[in-house]
Amino acid sequence: MVRSLAGDGAAYAALLRRLQTHLRAYYLRRLGRPADAEDLLQETLIAMHTRRATYDPSRPFTAWVHAIARYKLIDYFRRTRRQAEEPLDDPDILFGSEDADAAEAHLDVERLLHRLPAKTRKLIRDVKIDGLSTAEAAAKHGLSESAVKVNVHRGLKSLAGQVGDDT
Amino acid sequence: MKTDDLISALSTDLEPAPKHAVGLRLLLALTIGIAVSFVAMWQWLGPRPDMVPAMATTMFWMKLAYALSIAAFGFGLIDRLARPGGQGGVWRTLLFLPLLFMIAMALYRYVQAPPERHVAMLLGNSWTVCARNIVLLSLPVFAALFWSLRDLAPTRLTAAGATAGVLAGAVGTFIYAFHCTESAAPFVAIWYTLGMAAMGVLGAVLGRFLLRW
Repeated sequence: MVRSLAGDGAAYAALLRRLQTHLRAYYLRRLGRPADAEDLLQETLIAMHTRRATYDPSRPFTAWVHAIARYKLIDYFRRTRRQAEEPLDDPDILFGSEDADAAEAHLDVERLLHRLPAKTRKLIRDVKIDGLSTAEAAAKHGLSESAVKVNVHRGLKSLAGQVGDDT
Repeated sequence: MKTDDLISALSTDLEPAPKHAVGLRLLLALTIGIAVSFVAMWQWLGPRPDMVPAMATTMFWMKLAYALSIAAFGFGLIDRLARPGGQGGVWRTLLFLPLLFMIAMALYRYVQAPPERHVAMLLGNSWTVCARNIVLLSLPVFAALFWSLRDLAPTRLTAAGATAGVLAGAVGTFIYAFHCTESAAPFVAIWYTLGMAAMGVLGAVLGRFLLRW
């Protein structure tokens, strides 16, 4: 950006191309409508361009971009009031990333598993999470296949009961 | 238009951005506003007739210092708030220091004075017009600041508008102090402050609508 402010067009184009990916994702996640997100993206790029002198090189560039992107988003919601509540009501918009979902689900499962006896916990992890067959799990733990099945079944049932209690 | 085409269009023939553009833009607006307000004060109200002896009194300079310090801190604050994501930081706190100082001085003078002078200290001869005149003299500065802010990029419109209002009010107060003959600290603390505060409120209300970009 510093080079862009000095008038380096190539550096500026490269910067804008990198930014457009981020901004498109940012708007798409919050609006859900690709056409609107693209409009807003272009509007933001133009706003950044015409007001680029307001960037203070001694401060973080990302904060400057984010403030403009956020301002344009709020401005968009203000213009189209009807849609303003829609995305905010939908928690998937806020926590939409699949990474976050998977990580949180993993944490939840681990927390629940720790409520079970160690033996049952290991069996459930082997059979239900790591995908061993009942026979493999039985061989690994030196149990009969039916003992494995019964343990896993009881463990899951107890978990289901606890989850029910929690909610 | 495709976004890639837009990027190409924006980046060809890129001109260097001027340095210190925000501060210079605001200074330009201030200069124009001050010139108009000062001429307005001179033509409409006229400078105080006792200017020369008054310049030997502390209060003449106190009034100017009060307005000038608020204007200086207001300028520091608006220079931050005119940029995307700008935070007030230390300037917002500084802005209240002159006010606290003025209130302390007014209370001290008030308590020290004999009770029969109290009403005169609070109301002077011009309490009915003081705040109004300050607001009127602030308006040219206010308009110039808003006009420049529209080309900048404030993202907190109410805060930026309020700061522009207080800054314009402080400049208006500074100019008005060349006309006003009041010399009691309590009067200044109340009516000068009220004029600036009114400008701040006006700026906060109008900022949300007029400063959009």
